[in-house]
Amino acid sequence: MDRDTLVKKLKKKANIIRKDILKMIFKANSGHPAGALGMADVFSVLYFHEMEHEPRNPYWIDRDRLVLSNGHICPVRYSAMARSGYFHPHELKTLRRLGSRLQGHPSYVDLPAVESSSGSLGQGLSIAVGMALAAKLDKKDYKVYCVMSDGELDEGSSWEAINAAHKFGLDNLIVIVDRNFIQISGETEGIWPLEPLDKKFEAHNWNVLKSSGHDFNELLEVFETANNSDKPVVIIAKTVPGKGVSFMEGRFEWHGRPPNKEELKQALLELKNGGSQK
Amino acid sequence: MEDYELRATRRAYGDALVDIGGDEKIVVLSADLTNSTCTHAFSELFPRRFFQCGVAEQNMVGMAVGLALSGKIPFVSTFSAFIPNRALDQIRVSVCYNKANVKLASTHAGLTVGEDGATHQALEDIAIMRALPNMTVIVPCDFEETKKAVKQAASFKGPVYIRLGRSKLPVFTKSHTPFHIGKAELFWKGKDATVIACGIMVYQALLAAEELSKEGINIDVLNCHTIKPLDEHKILHSVKKTGCVVTAEEHQINGGLGGAIAELLSEHHPVPLKRIGVEDSFGESGKADELMKKYGLTAHDIVKAVKKVIKKKF
Repeated sequence: MDRDTLVKKLKKKANIIRKDILKMIFKANSGHPAGALGMADVFSVLYFHEMEHEPRNPYWIDRDRLVLSNGHICPVRYSAMARSGYFHPHELKTLRRLGSRLQGHPSYVDLPAVESSSGSLGQGLSIAVGMALAAKLDKKDYKVYCVMSDGELDEGSSWEAINAAHKFGLDNLIVIVDRNFIQISGETEGIWPLEPLDKKFEAHNWNVLKSSGHDFNELLEVFETANNSDKPVVIIAKTVPGKGVSFMEGRFEWHGRPPNKEELKQALLELKNGGSQK
Repeated sequence: MEDYELRATRRAYGDALVDIGGDEKIVVLSADLTNSTCTHAFSELFPRRFFQCGVAEQNMVGMAVGLALSGKIPFVSTFSAFIPNRALDQIRVSVCYNKANVKLASTHAGLTVGEDGATHQALEDIAIMRALPNMTVIVPCDFEETKKAVKQAASFKGPVYIRLGRSKLPVFTKSHTPFHIGKAELFWKGKDATVIACGIMVYQALLAAEELSKEGINIDVLNCHTIKPLDEHKILHSVKKTGCVVTAEEHQINGGLGGAIAELLSEHHPVPLKRIGVEDSFGESGKADELMKKYGLTAHDIVKAVKKVIKKKF
């Protein structure tokens, strides 16, 4: 597949994921739309291009692992999983319902293909480090991806894990930081300043790559570079929270509130027309 | 009681890890305290599968989860003062909610840490751990039992907490003494009262039983090494026979073994009960035996408590 065709395909998948996210969260009448929408493009690249995985064989021993550390954006993952064949997209509408495998925050015991439960911030990267270490022990080539939020870099345990990845020489670990500059109460730099984030990772002996979280060409290139890293590597992906829906974009108020019926209608209409191009 | 050899349970942990270390699935993680937790022998014999994680317990537990979810059997080692406390959120969400096959072995539990004082005398860990869904909680009574506990924990599927001590203790159980996770063992048989103990208090309970027998008082001593899941059947069987209970643990009287027994009995078979343990306070510096005496955790204290509960029998 040539690059243009690939980008076209990934864009289309991301658009489907965004619509899924909004419908799921509307139906559940609770959830976190902003972060999930913001990461739809990255998840499209991960599930439909980057990761080696077999949706029909989720326990394939050589699969790439993806740990989603900021569990609250799980609708983006559930949609990517359903759309790549892990389960029927009909199941998406059970999000957050009693008895559903699609818990409000991912549950490994209910849905093992999520690789690990998550929800309490600052834990996922340590788990990813353990998985990458296991790959080294077993002389396996699989890669371990960890998606985390910028907000959870407030947690000291995140930095313990960042140190650990360096100490254990984990060149098979690729972290994607969802750098959307918001967290639940406002802007990250006001709540708990993270900058200069790139320099902090560099000081911990990581390779640091930066990318737009929405430009597919750039994302494809940055993942290609990350795959050849000789150290743990972080992709700081600058994303727009609520991406694709004009009235949600860049607004932390949408961190944790569902759209109402009117808002859903307008959002889906915008996405039908390709999404907000702000 | 005869004179027994004195050995610390943490040494048995180190020995057992070496014994089972040939299994490629076994990995050991240490938060700097390699010598103290007796994991150095494993680290020398199996350096590829030993991970020095620094003074960073939260990450250590998370790493263990990642290793476990990839098929390894991680043994996480540090002091009871730090696991569970320092890594509790990781233990709750990443270990327990995932049902990850992680073994948390913490040493230096309780007052017998001695001179280091209150910050290092973990007295709440049993209560904390037994409140967590999917967690199994084991408090072995001596060196020999610890070896069995570690080996059984390795083949047991799911999270396990093993509580170990710093000080040397009498090795009074034998290699053939039965030990099964989840099964209490009757170590002394009587009809007048039931003493239920765990960890280092089991030996004290046996000393108490011997003392009481000289006065014609005969008690059951149950070694309740697994506090979760509790061997309800064996406990109720004994208590229905004797009609009164003393619990003994090197831990707060609230929420630990005594708490678990009180919950069980008040629901199924209420009888007079006395809990022996630390009574809602921190510890302090001192020699181990001085502290056990000061905080009322000796055979003598058990003898007094037994007499008291017998008097209160319905």
